[in-house]
Parts: sequence; C-alpha cells; structure tokens
Amino acid sequence: MKSVFVYCEITEEGNVAEVSLELLSKGRKLANELSTNLETVLIGHQLDGIPALIFPYGVDVVHLADHPELFPYRTLPHAAVIIDLFEREQPEVALFGATSVGRDLAPRISSAMQCGLTADCTSLEIGDHLESKTQREFKNLLYQIRPAFGGNIIATIINPETRPQMATVREGVMKQEIVDKNYSGKIKKIDLSTILKDEYFAVRILDRHIEQNKINIKSAQVIVAGGYGVGSSENFKMLFELAEVLGGEVGATRAAVDAGFVEHERQIGQTGVTVRPKLYIACGISGAVQHRAGMDQSAKIISINTDPNAPINAIADYTIIGSVSEIVPKMIKYYKANSK
Amino acid sequence: MSFRIIVLAKQVPDTRNVGKDAMKADGTVNRAALPAIFNPEDLNALEMALKVKDQIKGAEVIVLTMGPTRAAEIIREAMYRGADKGYLITDRKFAGSDTLATSYTLYLAVKKLLPCQMVICGRQAIDGDTAQVGPQVAEKLGIPQITYAEDLVTVSEDKVVIKRRLERGVETVESTYPVAVTVHGSADSCRPRISKLLLKNKHARTVTELQAETQDYTELYANRPYLMIDEWTVDDLDAEQGRLGLSGSPTKVKKIDNVILLHKESTFLTSDDRDVESLMKELIGQHIIG
Ligand SMILES: Cc1cc2nc3c(=O)[nH]c(=O)nc-3n(C[C@H](O)[C@H](O)[C@H](O)COP(=O)(O)OP(=O)(O)OC[C@H]3O[C@@H](n4cnc5c(N)ncnc54)[C@H](O)[C@@H]3O)c2cc1C
Ligand SMILES: Nc1ncnc2c1ncn2[C@@H]1O[C@H](COP(=O)(O)O)[C@@H](O)[C@H]1O
Repeated sequence: MKSVFVYCEITEEGNVAEVSLELLSKGRKLANELSTNLETVLIGHQLDGIPALIFPYGVDVVHLADHPELFPYRTLPHAAVIIDLFEREQPEVALFGATSVGRDLAPRISSAMQCGLTADCTSLEIGDHLESKTQREFKNLLYQIRPAFGGNIIATIINPETRPQMATVREGVMKQEIVDKNYSGKIKKIDLSTILKDEYFAVRILDRHIEQNKINIKSAQVIVAGGYGVGSSENFKMLFELAEVLGGEVGATRAAVDAGFVEHERQIGQTGVTVRPKLYIACGISGAVQHRAGMDQSAKIISINTDPNAPINAIADYTIIGSVSEIVPKMIKYYKANSK
Repeated sequence: MSFRIIVLAKQVPDTRNVGKDAMKADGTVNRAALPAIFNPEDLNALEMALKVKDQIKGAEVIVLTMGPTRAAEIIREAMYRGADKGYLITDRKFAGSDTLATSYTLYLAVKKLLPCQMVICGRQAIDGDTAQVGPQVAEKLGIPQITYAEDLVTVSEDKVVIKRRLERGVETVESTYPVAVTVHGSADSCRPRISKLLLKNKHARTVTELQAETQDYTELYANRPYLMIDEWTVDDLDAEQGRLGLSGSPTKVKKIDNVILLHKESTFLTSDDRDVESLMKELIGQHIIG
C-alpha cells in the first residue's frame, strides 16, 4: 500500500507535538486524494495512550516503536526504526515537522532512502507533471510549495522518480482538523529486536535542561512585529511596551533576529512561526515573501514604514508612513488615553 | 597521533542584506547585487574546529568547500583564521545539485581525506535554510551526528562532549569518534584574522586562480607547497555519475510563480497625531484591541 506517512513527534512532556497533529490533518487530505491510507510512526516510551488521541485525525495505521531507550529522542535509533519501516512499506509521501527533532531526523532518512527532501513547505498539493524533455507523464505527485530564495517567487518542487516524497513543514502552517471522533485504525507494533543495535547508542546524553515554552506568539491575538527598520534592540523596547498595553506579543523578521535585536523564538515567517492574529502591526518590515508566508492570514494588518512602496503595504489594511520611533510611542499614548 | 578535523563550509549570497536592487523587474533574483560571503554558521563551525585544534596537540583543520572557482575566497579566509589546508571541489558537472547530490559529493571528498575524527559543518546555509547537508553527509559516512552544537564542553583524543541547543532547552551529549557535528549560530563566533596568518597565506591559490595571475608563483610555491589550494573535479572523486549534479538531484523545480500580491484597499495615514489617534479609536471601536 503506497500510503501517506507522518512522523508523529512526541514532546518532552510526552504529548503529541502540535505540528504532528497539523501534519496528520494535512496527511489525511492528501491520502484521500491519492485514495490511500494515512499511516503514522510513533517512537518513544510509554506511548499506550497516544494512538487513541491521534486516530480521530483519520489515521489508518499507527506503527508503534516503544522502548525505554527510545525516549528522549536520539538520531540513530529513531532513524533506524524509520528506515526499516520505510524500506518495508514503501511510502508514497512522508511528512516531518520542521522542529529540532524533525530537522535532525528527516535529512538522515532522505539520505538513506536516496530521495529528495524539501524543507519548510508552506503548502502541499497533489498534481500531475509532464516532463517536457522526455514527454513522460507523472500522475499524482506531491507538489511541495515554498517561497524560493531571494524574493517574491514561489517554487513548486516535485520528486518525480524517488519515493517517498519527503517534506518538512513548520508548526502552524497547516490547520488541525479532527475528521471523526470514532475513526478507528490499527496499531502495528514494530519488532525492535533486530533493528536496534548497540552502535546506535554511541552518542550518550549526559544532561538535559528543558524550559517551559516562554514565548507563545502563536496564540497571541495581537502581534506587534518588528523588522530591520526598527534599528536596534533598544528601539524594540517600544514594541514590547505597545504589545504589553495591547495585551499582545512581539514578533520579528529574520533580519531583525539576525541583527540580534530579539530572540529567534520570535521569528515569524517561512522559517519561523506562522501566526493568524486579529491584529498584526508590522513595524519597519519590508514584507519579503518569506515573512509574509507566516503572517498574511492575519485578520487586520497595519504597516508602519518610512517607505510608501514597501511590499508589506500592499497587504496592509492601514499604512502609516513614518518612522517607528515616532509613531509607536504615539500609539501607546493614545491607547492609554482612550481605553479604560 | 594524527587528529583530523574537516570543516564543510559554503560561500553563499548574503540573503540577509537583500537591498532594493536585489530583485530584477521581472521578479527574479539579481545575484550580482548580492555579495558572496562565508556562510555565517560555517564560521561558528570553523571556530569550534579551531578550539578542538587548540586543545589537541598535532590536530589539523581542513576546510572543504564545493562551489565555483570564486569560492576559494572562503578557504583563504579560513586559513587567515587558523585552518591548515583547503580543498575546493569544483566542476560544472556539480551544477544544479540539491542537498542530496551536494552531500554525496562532499561525502566522496571527505572519504578521500579519511581517517578523520570530526566532520564539522554549519547548521544551515542561509541561501536555503535547509540544514540538510550535515546530517546527510553523516549518514553517508555511516557515523553519528550531533546537530545544533552550541558549546564544546570538553574534547580529548578519544571523545568529545558537546552542548546542543534545542528548541526549548539544551542537552549535553558525549560521543566517540568519528562524529559529525553541525554548529548553531549561538555558538562562539569565529576568531578574527590573525595578521601572521594573513601574511603567511595571502598568496594561497587554486590552480585555476594561478593561471589568471600575472606574477610568476612557481618559485614561491616550490618553497611553500601549503599555499596550494587543491582543486578536485569529478575525475578526482570516485563517483557514480548518476548521483551528481542536476541528474543526481531528485528534487526538481516544476515551476516558479511570481507572487501575486492580493492588494488590499490600504488606507494611507500620516504620522500626524490626528491620524494615529483616529486609527487607535477605530481599532478600539471595532473591539480589535481593548
Ligand atoms: C531561505 C530563507 C528563509 C527566510 N525565512 C524568513 C522568515 O521566516 N521570516 C522572515 O521574516 N524572513 C525570512 N527570510 C528573510 C527575508 O527574505 C527578508 O530578508 C527579511 O524578511 C527582511 O526583513 P525586514 O523586513 O525586517 O528587513 P528589510 O527588508 O531590511 O526592511 C526594513 C524595512 O524597514 C523600513 N524602515 C527603515 N527604517 C525605518 C524607520 N525608522 N521606521 C519605519 N520603517 C523603517 C524600510 O523602509 C524597509 O521597508 C528568509 C530568507 C531566506 C533566503
Ligand atoms: N557546497 C557546499 N560546500 C561545503 N559545505 C557545504 C555546502 N553546502 C552545504 N554545506 C555544509 O552544510 C551545512 C548545511 O547546509 P544546508 O543544508 O544547505 O543548509 C552548511 O552550513 C555547510 O557547513
């Protein structure tokens, strides 16, 4: 059965990662279009409660690898389980979350399977392809769609020849959807005795410190986002103040993060977080396609920019032409004066 | 004991400073407008390699880069900071490589330089942000990987302890050799050029670069062979041809679309007090804030 496979990631707390639920939801739709099964691989320890949680997303088969040595995540044993499974099951499509685990694991698998891997897709579709040189026709390929390097272009990537067709997707890009509370699938336990070898445990974990999720911009209703035009981490303090009075969070572009103005956790866009707040205030942001990919679903967008022709203005409901350092303090002041 | 560290480094267009002239009118990239730089996280990788070298007597740092002739620039840059030697893997047949074909090519080059204890890469290259090549090279070599390295805790002739940066925390791991490491941008930044090394290595060239020189380097190179940056082409690697370049790249670009901006009816405001105030009032009135 040439199924759609999703790697189901288990969080530090032993829950299913949000991104995995999102990918299962997307995977179900892709499987419907391909008239095939949605299968998932679940690797860790003490996972008995998990399959019941994920079947409602339309999962037909859970491949379960449960072993004390499989939690916390380590590259080689997890990779070995998946490579063994993929070689037996020959998936059509394989999706991974673009998390620190998924981005460690997926390239290892793609290398072993000698197949392509597209990072940070912002959309996945099924479609056909006619190779112009050979006139060969390929039916039902996975279109892996992502902004391409450098600017306002969106590339559609395909893997005509190799299987599985692999992609990673950031958290928040796909929507979570339960298809049926009573959806029932099968559990297949993976026999680990022949798969796990001592040498896979060569990297030993000596110590781990996991912090609570401090910053949660994904669920904020109001986001005050700053770009390179904000100028400094000192200037970002204004944005924090505005976010605080509005009850929102601060986001940023990659240029602002690279410049060291704020933490990487705040990056919004194709290679950061995807957000859909009620209000998005873009301060000193030009609006590159990689950034817009993470925020263009916001209900209302305000752009504050010195450049009337900044691309972000085209998707903004309001554009204030002027400097961030002048306008943001005014917004704080008037909001304080006019709200109770 | 010989201890060899191979650093994989890439020259990339500086996508962080994409100015207005970086895009052509037709929406494609104007590569000429983007300066070519040492991929930032590869500098963190080089620093980690140099730290290992500082602590292990007789250790050598070799820089490998795959790219056009011009990419030799970053090999020289690495030598100014303490790398011992560089190899440029360059051939038209490598053009169009995706990460799988790139990692296969780099793997073949690393294989020629074995035995080595550590292969150190950047986490990701800023032209694609894929972070795939490091783990793929590690898989092909059949060695373990430590990704997102942030700190070299301890290193000895038989094992290394590294702190890794995870999404929500840190993890300290230990590994024997050989091991592949990918280094995160939060690791120590690279030491600056050392003037002694700059003087020593400024004439380092590849064969192709030497052909373009007007000055005669024959005598200099006879006395100081380390100045030669070796150039390897397909013929120097024991490759399955079908796994190289465009034909060895399973990912194909089906099409490129210009983004059609869904223009909203944007209301333009000035920074005037009244404009800002009326906007805030409207947002409060619509219960979007407040
Ligand atoms: C593979 C890849 C992945 C990427 N992923 C992401 C991602 O996830 N998220 C992301 O954001 N980017 C991403 N990028 C980078 C993206 O292409 C842009 O470079 C980046 O978004 C630009 O950030 P910016 O708008 O802050 O900076 P700039 O493009 O430099 O824009 C600064 C803006 O500020 C304005 N300005 C200047 N001074 C002032 C002032 N005083 N007051 C008001 N306005 C002012 C300017 O007019 C300009 O419009 C990625 C790039 C690549 C190649
Ligand atoms: N052409 C190349 N030459 C040398 N090293 C490379 C090359 N491409 C990628 N790398 C290494 O692999 C890392 C990850 O690259 P990427 O998968 O493209 O994000 C980089 O930081 C480099 O260390």
